[in-house]
Amino acid sequence: MNFKAMTALAGALALSAGLANADADEDTLTINGEIEIVTRTAAPDHVDGLSEVISGWHFRADETQALEMDDFDNPGMLGVEAAMEVWETAEGSEGKACADCHESVEETMKGVRAVYPKYNEAAGEVQTLEMVINDCRTERMGAEAWNYTGADITNMVALISSVSRGMPVNVAIDGPAAEMWEQGKELYYTRTGQLELSCANCHEDNYGNMIRADHLSQGQINGFPTYRLKNAKLNSVHARFKGCVRDTRAETYAPGSPEFVALELYVASRGNGLSVEGPSVRN
Amino acid sequence: MKRAFHAALAACILAPSAQAESVAPGDVSYDEAGAVAASLTGQPGNAEEGAKVFSTKSVGNCVSCHEVTALADVPFQGNVGPSLDGVADRWTEHEIRGIVADAKKTYDGTVMPSFYKVSGFIRPGKAYTGKAIPAEEITPLLSAQQIEDVVAFLVTLKDE
Ligand code: HEC
Ligand code: HEC
Repeated sequence: MNFKAMTALAGALALSAGLANADADEDTLTINGEIEIVTRTAAPDHVDGLSEVISGWHFRADETQALEMDDFDNPGMLGVEAAMEVWETAEGSEGKACADCHESVEETMKGVRAVYPKYNEAAGEVQTLEMVINDCRTERMGAEAWNYTGADITNMVALISSVSRGMPVNVAIDGPAAEMWEQGKELYYTRTGQLELSCANCHEDNYGNMIRADHLSQGQINGFPTYRLKNAKLNSVHARFKGCVRDTRAETYAPGSPEFVALELYVASRGNGLSVEGPSVRN
Repeated sequence: MKRAFHAALAACILAPSAQAESVAPGDVSYDEAGAVAASLTGQPGNAEEGAKVFSTKSVGNCVSCHEVTALADVPFQGNVGPSLDGVADRWTEHEIRGIVADAKKTYDGTVMPSFYKVSGFIRPGKAYTGKAIPAEEITPLLSAQQIEDVVAFLVTLKDE
């Protein structure tokens, strides 16, 4: 069913059943009264199924939206603060902290979140922020790798994202990243599990509709890590992918697996042009 | 409409409940348009049970995508699929059985899951654990009895 027809139907149902607003709302997002966030913009040319890309922020209730408008209200900022301390703390056999190599996070990490996942020449592969952080730990600090979706690494990704808030997501999909991008696209449109649902079935064909109590968004990742009120913690991209795939009654891929890295590259590129928004607040 | 529903319920409760052999998921015969003429259990279903299957999250969970006014007490009705009010005016019992058993035979490429199917899945998992399930252990999302109960419920949904 095409989206226009679905939306018209959703509108009619919302009236008859008293459902919450079915479409993305018209609000605008400014953080701390100064960081303007682009939450809706024209879809990049490489996205076939959408004309506009919309941040998940628009699909949340007003109270949830408000929590993201001020860092004092955003519970995700506690993770950022925790990571700020870790940034300065030496760890591992080399006795080094992140700050020893990278100095001030506000300066050296500004813009980084916006271009990841990214092809790394030396490693010869597409890397996520989590992968680079763990490489620094094991290769340069002589410390242990963090669990891919654990609190330590997710807090650190939140810190690195926070200093790029307001900058446009601009993930490269050409050159050496092209092959992995194609693989991610393939995964996005593959109908998995006993429910035979793809990411696109929910987040492209049905965003704006209600699936039980959930208001479906486009499943964008510009707001990650997201602080979810539901589990009261910061959630990483691969943890969310895992949950969505599991909900199709499928065997999931592992966080950090090449498949999820490819999917992250593809999904990130669907949000090119939206602002980096993490750590965001969702329900 | 409400009266019709109760009348149908009464009819079902009085129906004989002897157990017959059910048709296996691989043996269901769909016509070209996706309809299934014969009851999967050889018996009429129970509309009251069907309403429960329809609304219960851990069973059919049809309300996650469909709204039904007759079930106004059931919270969180979704709208990924059309409202099923008056569905029995639009489709015959045979067509409804076909849609519930395997909607993809009626609507090519629909997002509606196939409720009486056990093969042809990509990376099937063991319920909602995220772990793999061996192909031979897959059971249909609903049993033949549950399908017939849902069909019995849906045929009561008439606007006239
Ligand atoms: C059965 C429906 C369904 C499928 C299939 C599905 N999702 Fe989701 N997804 C949801 C729901 C419901 C939510 C929570 C509401 C929302 O943000 O859309 C969600 C949320 C998300 C979010 C969080 C968005 C935000 O702003 O916080 C991301 C990212 C996401 N999904 C990506 C994916 C990807 C990638 C796939 C495929 C691997 C996928 N989803 C498959 C239902 C689904
Ligand atoms: C993930 C969403 C989803 C779920 C779950 C779902 N359906 Fe559907 N259903 C749809 C969609 C979408 C359509 C419309 C067909 C299309 O255009 O793809 C539909 C169509 C139908 C129709 C025909 C409606 C009409 O008015 O023409 C019936 C009957 C139906 N569904 C019954 C059920 C029953 C019974 C269940 C549960 C056992 C169920 N559905 C579960 C999405 C769903």
